[in-house]
Amino acid sequence: MDHAIEVAGVVKRYGDKVALAGIDFDVARGSVCGVLGPNGAGKTTAVRVLTTLTVADEGRASVGGIDVAADPAGVRGIIGLAAQDATVDGLLTGRENLVMVGRLNHLGRARANTRADELLEQFSLTDAAGRMVKTYSGGMRRRLDLAATLVSRPEVLFLDEPTTGLDPRARNELWDVLDTLVAEGATILLTTQYLDEADRLADDIVVIDHGRVIARGDATSLKRQVGGAQLHVTVEDPARREDAARAVAAVTGTEVTYDDDGRTVNAPTADGARAVAALAERLRADGIAVDELALQQPTLDDVFLTLTGTHIEDEEKDA
Amino acid sequence: MTTTATPARRGNALSDMWVIAQRGFVHMRRQPEALADATLQPIMFTLLFAYVFGGAISVAGGNYREFLMGGIFAQTIVFGCFGVAMSLASDRKNGAIDRFRSMPMARSAVLSGHALAHLARGFIPIILMSVCGLIVGWRIHTSIAEAVAGYALMLAFLFAVIWVGILLGSVMPTPEAVQGVGFATLFPITFVASTFVPVGTLPGVLRTIAEWNPVTAFSEALRKLFGNSGGDFGPDPAWPVTHPVTYTLVWAIAIVVVCAPLAVVAFQRSIRD
Repeated sequence: MDHAIEVAGVVKRYGDKVALAGIDFDVARGSVCGVLGPNGAGKTTAVRVLTTLTVADEGRASVGGIDVAADPAGVRGIIGLAAQDATVDGLLTGRENLVMVGRLNHLGRARANTRADELLEQFSLTDAAGRMVKTYSGGMRRRLDLAATLVSRPEVLFLDEPTTGLDPRARNELWDVLDTLVAEGATILLTTQYLDEADRLADDIVVIDHGRVIARGDATSLKRQVGGAQLHVTVEDPARREDAARAVAAVTGTEVTYDDDGRTVNAPTADGARAVAALAERLRADGIAVDELALQQPTLDDVFLTLTGTHIEDEEKDA
Repeated sequence: MTTTATPARRGNALSDMWVIAQRGFVHMRRQPEALADATLQPIMFTLLFAYVFGGAISVAGGNYREFLMGGIFAQTIVFGCFGVAMSLASDRKNGAIDRFRSMPMARSAVLSGHALAHLARGFIPIILMSVCGLIVGWRIHTSIAEAVAGYALMLAFLFAVIWVGILLGSVMPTPEAVQGVGFATLFPITFVASTFVPVGTLPGVLRTIAEWNPVTAFSEALRKLFGNSGGDFGPDPAWPVTHPVTYTLVWAIAIVVVCAPLAVVAFQRSIRD
């Protein structure tokens, strides 16, 4: 297997604090790897090691087959980094930002100019090209940041929380842009704390918590670890909840849990739609009126809950 | 795992430095308020001291406005360390340095580019003050060679304090901290000197400090090279004030020798993690 990124036993400490406690993973060439974890899990540190901004205390890492410790300059020549807070220059115009990045990538003045115009067009920023970036919206800044990352046509892209702080519309726009890049065959490592983002964009997901990789695989296989879909039944009359629970247990044969609302019963099932049909039949036969009967596929939040015992957002609040 | 070292695209350090310097020029142009220390401040000091305080201060040879200009030039040059410190501190704060460091550009270009931009920026106050000085009655009475030497000395000292600025900008956590610490230290340094008043009137210890203060020697050196009235040091003046040009040059060289390596190390440390 041809790997664009290889990480083996990487440890990084900041004083007493262990940011990375020995992580291992690879990213196949031309694939999108989502590094998922709450704030403070070590995602940004991992990106900083791979982009040569910081040196690991232990372990080895390579990008495009080049060892990051042995030849950092070589790595810098083939990567693009969009850091967490869109590091485009607010006092330069959009176009000036891209031309500057092109010249610092040694494209030469003429090619830096052409490339800037191409990217402005591709990222729908042509109209705003002559405006100072400090007048841009959050979504425009991110798009420009991403464009700056692509100036040198890097082999491997690192996007550190590309959509954090964006409103849903800007987020969707950025996702569309990322889809295009993926279609063009770029290798992308993106970090995110949004489960739906990893689900939507990544071929492979690496779940990090407290500086360790706690799970990896594609979204489907991670979800399978949780044990299939959940059945949810909400009864009309709270008094019938226990009857409904018995019906659910009879159909699924699994342990039933209750929601705080006093009317909802949940249970995992491996039978999918057949379980829904069987349960509907059974509830009707027992004369239990329901408001809602639903089958929910597991989310990555469920995965996180299963793996760590905490919800991803809860952990964030603690961090 | 393959670890073939590929030949990196080594950039031309000079052209990278120029790109960063050009970015600095654009910043200055679009943020004229950040140029206040190089534009408004020297003009304000010239007018303030020439017309408000000047009448109350007497100097040997009698012409306070001629005496004043050497001091204002010196003070403004010393304050020149600010701009570069602010630029560097804000680049560190807003992540620009990280972007530069993830690119295959020359590692030295960030510092050298900022230094170059701010060295060039130094021409603004030097020209403004010269014009302003001529308006209030300051004149150069010496040969062209000596006058050129005076301006060259300003640039040399500016080059030296730019390294102090890079050190300050690397050590301080934020641009605000640069501002606070900078003002708190630079004001006494530039005022306990013959910048605006002849130091002969100062009480004992303060007078000794002022006589050995390089800002005094720098002011005196400029007065000497431009042929303006010098400060009155009374009988038995200290060596620095009798050899102001030499003493100023020694300081400029010492600042570069001590601060430049420290600044580079401090900058590297500030961005390492």
